[in-house]
Amino acid sequence: MHGRVKLKSSAQQEEEKRKEREKKLKVYLSSRDACFSKRKQGLLDEEALQLTQQLLSANPDFATLWNYRREILLYLETIRSEDEIQRLYEEELSFLEICLKVNPKSYGTWHHRGWVSTRLPRPDWARELSLCERCLSLDDRNFHCWDYRRMVVKLSGVPVEQELQFTDRLIGSNFSNYSSWHYRSTLLPLLHPGSPEAASPRREPPTSSTCSSPSASPQTHSHRVCEEQLLKEYELVQNAFFTDPNDQSAWFYYRWLLGRAEREEMISCVYVSREGERVVAAFSRPVNVSLHTLHLSPLVLAVPPHSFQHSCHPLSSPVICDLPPGTISDTSNEHNMTVHWTERRTHRDCALYTGSDVCVCVCVCIPVLCLQLTLPLSLSGRSESWCRDSATDLELFRSELSVEKSSVLQSELQSCTQLLELEPQNKWCLLTIILLMRALDPLGYEKETLAYFQTLKEVDSMRTSYYSDLCSKFMIENTILKMEYAEVRVFSLCDKNLSTVCHLDQLLLVTHINLSSNRLLSLPPQFAMLQCLEVLQADDNAIESLEGLYQLPRLEEVSLKNNNISQISHLKVLSTCPRLTRLDLRGNPIAQTANIQSELAELVPSVTDLLL
Amino acid sequence: MAADNLPTEFDVVILGTGLSESVIAAACSRVGQRVLHVDRRTYYAGNWASFTFNGLLSWIEEYNQGCQSTVETVDWRDKVDSGEEILLLSTVDTSISNLEVFCYTSEEPEEEEEEKKGAAAPTSPQSPIEVSEGDKGNQATSPTDDQRCPEGETTSDTPREGQPEQQDEAESSGLAEEQQVQNGDGEEQSKEQPSSPAPMEAKKKISYAKIIKEGRRFNIDLVSKLMYSRGLLVDLLIKSNVSRYAEFKNVNRILTYRQGNVEQVPCSRADVFGSKQLTVVEKRMLMKFLTFCLDYEQYPEEYQDFTEQTFWEFLQSKMLTDNLQHFVLHSIAMVPPEARIKEGLRSTQHFLRSLGRYGNTPFLFPIYGLGEIPQCFCRMSAVFGGIYCLRHSVQCLVLDKETGRCKAVIDTCGQRISCSHFVVEDGYIRVEQRKGVEYRYISRAVLITDRSLLQSDLEQQISLVTVPPLEPGAPAVRVVELCSSTMTCMPGTYLVHLTCSSLGSALEDLGPVVSKLFSKPPGAGEEDAGGDERPAVLWAMYFNMRDSTGVERSSYELPSNVHVCSGPDALLGSDHAIRLAEEVFHQLAPGEDFCPPAPNPEDIIYDGDGGQGEGSGFGKPVPAEEDTAGGGIEEETAAKDKMEGSKKEETSGESSAEVCKVLHPSAPITEE
Repeated sequence: MHGRVKLKSSAQQEEEKRKEREKKLKVYLSSRDACFSKRKQGLLDEEALQLTQQLLSANPDFATLWNYRREILLYLETIRSEDEIQRLYEEELSFLEICLKVNPKSYGTWHHRGWVSTRLPRPDWARELSLCERCLSLDDRNFHCWDYRRMVVKLSGVPVEQELQFTDRLIGSNFSNYSSWHYRSTLLPLLHPGSPEAASPRREPPTSSTCSSPSASPQTHSHRVCEEQLLKEYELVQNAFFTDPNDQSAWFYYRWLLGRAEREEMISCVYVSREGERVVAAFSRPVNVSLHTLHLSPLVLAVPPHSFQHSCHPLSSPVICDLPPGTISDTSNEHNMTVHWTERRTHRDCALYTGSDVCVCVCVCIPVLCLQLTLPLSLSGRSESWCRDSATDLELFRSELSVEKSSVLQSELQSCTQLLELEPQNKWCLLTIILLMRALDPLGYEKETLAYFQTLKEVDSMRTSYYSDLCSKFMIENTILKMEYAEVRVFSLCDKNLSTVCHLDQLLLVTHINLSSNRLLSLPPQFAMLQCLEVLQADDNAIESLEGLYQLPRLEEVSLKNNNISQISHLKVLSTCPRLTRLDLRGNPIAQTANIQSELAELVPSVTDLLL
Repeated sequence: MAADNLPTEFDVVILGTGLSESVIAAACSRVGQRVLHVDRRTYYAGNWASFTFNGLLSWIEEYNQGCQSTVETVDWRDKVDSGEEILLLSTVDTSISNLEVFCYTSEEPEEEEEEKKGAAAPTSPQSPIEVSEGDKGNQATSPTDDQRCPEGETTSDTPREGQPEQQDEAESSGLAEEQQVQNGDGEEQSKEQPSSPAPMEAKKKISYAKIIKEGRRFNIDLVSKLMYSRGLLVDLLIKSNVSRYAEFKNVNRILTYRQGNVEQVPCSRADVFGSKQLTVVEKRMLMKFLTFCLDYEQYPEEYQDFTEQTFWEFLQSKMLTDNLQHFVLHSIAMVPPEARIKEGLRSTQHFLRSLGRYGNTPFLFPIYGLGEIPQCFCRMSAVFGGIYCLRHSVQCLVLDKETGRCKAVIDTCGQRISCSHFVVEDGYIRVEQRKGVEYRYISRAVLITDRSLLQSDLEQQISLVTVPPLEPGAPAVRVVELCSSTMTCMPGTYLVHLTCSSLGSALEDLGPVVSKLFSKPPGAGEEDAGGDERPAVLWAMYFNMRDSTGVERSSYELPSNVHVCSGPDALLGSDHAIRLAEEVFHQLAPGEDFCPPAPNPEDIIYDGDGGQGEGSGFGKPVPAEEDTAGGGIEEETAAKDKMEGSKKEETSGESSAEVCKVLHPSAPITEE
C-alpha cells in the first residue's frame, strides 16, 4: 500500500547495531589498555581518573579499576587542601550515582561508595540516606543498598527509633522483605531490651548455682525484647501472615519473635564404669574436645578426653575419658569425682585448676568465660555409678520456642489455629502450630501434633522427609520425657514411623532399646554413645548399615529381623562389641548368602547364638 | 493550505475527535491510509475534552447559546451528480443537557495583585457573586439562568490553544482580550464587594476571581474516567507507543463512603496489611476472596451453582462481613447490588489484575486531564500523514443511489471530498437517521473544593471515592478527586468529578451526594461551622451527557460504509471506546495490524521515492505542494518543545497563553 512508512529491514538494523557495538568495544579496549599501562608506570594523575571514570561508567564491575581509582584518590589526598579533597570526593559520589544507575547491584560501586564516604572530610550523611531511600524505593530488596545503608546509619548515628520507623514504612509498603524484618530484629533488642529476670524463667542449674548463674544471663538474653513490645510485634506479624499466609518472611520473623533460647549450659549426665575404667560426660551442647581437657578432681588428672571414634568433628557430646588403669579399681575405697567443664575462650587460666577449691577460684578470675559444674560421684563398691542433672525434664526439649509466658504462647496458638481454620492447607501455619504445641505441652498435644504432621506431609510433599525427621525427633523427645518420669533404663519406640534417631546423648544410661517397626535406614554413628546398651531390638525397619554399633562395651543382644542388610562388610563393625553373643538377622537379604554362617562366625566370633 | 483547499480524495474521512475516532484515525494513518480528520468544534476530543477554567466557561456559554454550529456553510448542491443522493448531517450538538452552574465563593478585598486595568469584564462577574452572597437557602435548588456563567465577547474562541500560531488576527486578539478579561473580572469583583469580610480562617479562602486568574491551571474533564493499568486503553498506548506523548500519575487511594464517613478501601496487599479497620480474620477473608477472584475461571465449582444469584448474594454466602461486602461490591467490583455473579467476578478481576502494575491502586490518570488522550492519538495520526481540521465539518454525505454506499462527503466549505469510508461520532447524526434509538444519559458534576475528602499527611493525592446508592434505587456515584499536581487544578484546590448513570437530571442525581460529602463555605456574616471537616465547594457545575454506547449499529439508518462512534460511557474505564475503535478499524482495513508500535526515527528510510504523505512526514525538506501532509517529526519536536515550555510555565508561574495547552498535532488547515 502506498503511503506506508518504509523501514530498514531487521538485518540492516542488526548490522548497524553490530557496527555500533564494535566501535564501542574498540574505544573501551583502548581506554582499558591505556589505564593498565598507566597503572604499571605508577602514574596517579587526573588523566587516569578520567580514563577510569569513562570505563567504569560503562562497566561498573571492574574491580581493578576501582582499586586504581582509590590509589589515585589516596595520592591526591596527600597533595591537596581539604576543600579540594572535599570537592574531589563529592564529584566521586556524583559519579558513583551514575554508575549505580547502570547497575544498582554492582558490588564494586557500592563498595567504592562506602570507601569514599569514609574518606570524605565533611560527609553529608543526609544525602547518602536519601540516596538509599531512592534506591530502596526502586527495589526494596536490594541488599547492597541495605548493607551500605547500615554503614551510613552506623557512622552518622541515626537514632534507633528512627530506623525502626524506617522498617515500619518499608514493611508497610511491602512486607515480603526479609531485609526489613531482619533489620527490625536487630533494632528491637536495642530499643526495648528485655529485662533479664523476665527473660530467664528457667531454673538455675541445681548444682553450683553460685557460680553459674551470673555467667549465664548476659549472653543468653541479649537478643530478647521486652514483653510489651513483643505483644505489638505479634500483632504486626499476625497482620502480615493473615494477609498473606504463604509469605514466608513474616513467618520467619514470627519464629524469631517466639524466640530461640540458648540452652542453659550444663553437664547433663556423668557416668562412671569401674569395669571399663572410663568416665563419660554428656553436655547440654557439643563441646570442643580438642580445645579443652576434662578435669577430674580431686585426682587432678588432666586426662585427654576423646569423642566417639567415628566423628572427626571436633565438637562432641558426650565426651569419653578413659582413666589410667587402676585409678578406680580399688573397690574398697570410695571415689569421689568432680567434672569441671571449662569452655576456654582465653589462654590465661591454666594455673587456676591446681588449687583444691577449683570452683571458686575460677569464678573469681573469669566468671563470664567459664562455666563449671561439679557433680560429685560416689563409687563405693558398685561396678558403675552415675549422676544426672535432673533438669532432663520438660525444659530439655522446649528450647525451640522460648516465649517467656505460656499465656502468650497460648494466645498465639489460638490465633494460629484460627488462621488454620481459614487456611487448612497452609504449611507455615501448621508448622508453627506444631512448634507452639510442643512449647506448651509436648506430651499433652502429642496426638494433635501427629495429625498436623500428617497434614503437613500431604500439603507440602516436597518436604516429606524433613517433616518425617522432625516428627521422629519430637516422638523421641516425648518418649525420653516419659522414660525420665518413669525412671527406667528402657527405651521403647515401636511402630511410630521413625525415619531418624536423635537425642542419643540423652540415652546414655539406657540398657534396653526397642525401635522395631519403624522406617529407619541405618543405625547412625551416634549409637556409639549408648555406653550402657545391652539389648537392641530394631526389627522390621529398612536398616542397611550398622555403623553405630561400635565399641559398645555391654551390648549382648542385637535383633535386626526383616531389615535390609545385604553385605557382610556392614556387619564387620559388630566385632568391636566384645560381649555380643546373640544376633538375629532373619528376613534380611544377607541370610540368603552362601556360607554366611561360617563367614559370620569368623567375622564376629563372640556371637554364639546366630539366627538367620 | 487552507480549509477550502483540501485534497479531494481520502481513504477515510473521520468526523469528531473523541477517543474512538482519534484511535481510528491513528490506526488508519499508521497503516498508510489517507485520513482526513475534522471536528466542527474549536477544540479536540469532543465530549472527551478537558478545559481550562476559562475554556470551560466558554463551553458553558456555547451551550447556553443553543449549541449552534459556528461554522458557516457553503452551498453544495452543484457538487452532486445525478445518480447520487445526499444525506444531511446534524449541525447541532444535543449531547449535553441540564447544565447548571453554582458559585459559592466570593471575592477577597485584599487581592491586590489582581488590580490591573483591563477591558470590561465580559464574563458577567455579578452572577456568581450574587448567588454566593445572596439567598443561601436556595443555592442548590435554584439554578437560574443568571447563575450560569458568563456571556460576552470571548465566544469566538475558546482559550484552549488548538491552533495558536496560525490564528488570524481577530482570533489572537480574542485571546489577548480574554487574558485581560480575567484581570478585569477580578478588579470589578473586588470593587463590587469591598465590604466582604475577610474570612477568619487560617487558610486563605480562594475567591472566584482567583480561580479565574489561575484558570489556566485547570484542566477540567467533561467526562471523568481513569485508566485501568491493564485496561485496553493502557495496553493500546503501550503497544502503539502513543504513551510517549503523555505523562501519567498513579491514583493513590481508593476511598469509599460508608456509614457517614469517607474511609480508605483496602484493596492491595499492602493496604490490607496496613489496615487498622479490619480484624485479622477479615483480612484473611478479604485476601482469600480477592485471590479467588483473580483466577475465578479456574474455580468454577465456587460459583457455578449460584449463577442465578446476584454478586452481592454471593458475597454474603462467602461469609464476608458487612464492611468487606461493601468494599468488594462498591469499591472493587464497582457493580450495582443487583449485578449478576459473573459480572461482579469479572469486574473484580479486572480491578485486581490492574493492581500493582504501576502502583498501589489499579488506576492511572493522565496529567493535564483525560482530554490529552484523544489528542495523543490524533498526533500519532498526524505524524503518519493524517490531515486535521478543527472548526470544520461535513455538511452531508453523497450516496450512490444504486449501491447505497457513501461515495464522498461535502465539507462546510462546500468542497466535495471522496472517500471509501466515513467515520462519524453519534452526535453528528440527525434525528432522522436514529429514529428508534434510545439513549442513556450520564449525570456529571464538577466541583472545585478547598480540601481533600480524606485529609492525610500527603497533600497531593488522587483519590477514587465510591459512594453506594444513598437509598435503594438511587444511583451509585463515582467520585474522582484530583489534586493540583495532576495539572488539572490550581494549587490549594481540588478538582472533584462526580459521575453516575442518570436517573434524573444531574443535579437530582448528584446533589444529595454532594451535600453529604461537601459543605458549602460560610458566606458573609455566617459563622464558620467549626468542626466541619468536610471540604467546602467553591464552584460547581452539573450537566447530563448523552451516553450513546448502548446503541446498536443497526439502529442507525446509514450506509454500510458509514461507521458510527459512540461518545463516552458512564463507566470508569475506556474499554468500550477502544474496543469499538478496533472493530471499526478492522472493517476499514481488514487484515491490518491495529496500531503497531511506531518505528524508531533512526529506522526509517528517508531517501525512498515513496509517495506523498510519506516523505513529507519525516523530516525531509517539505516540498511546498506536499504541505498538506500534516504533522511530521519536525512538528512533533515543535510540539514537544511546547510541552516542555508548558511545564516550565507550570513551575515558574509565568503564564503564557501559547503554551498553556499542548500536545496538539498541528492543524495544518489553518496554516496559510
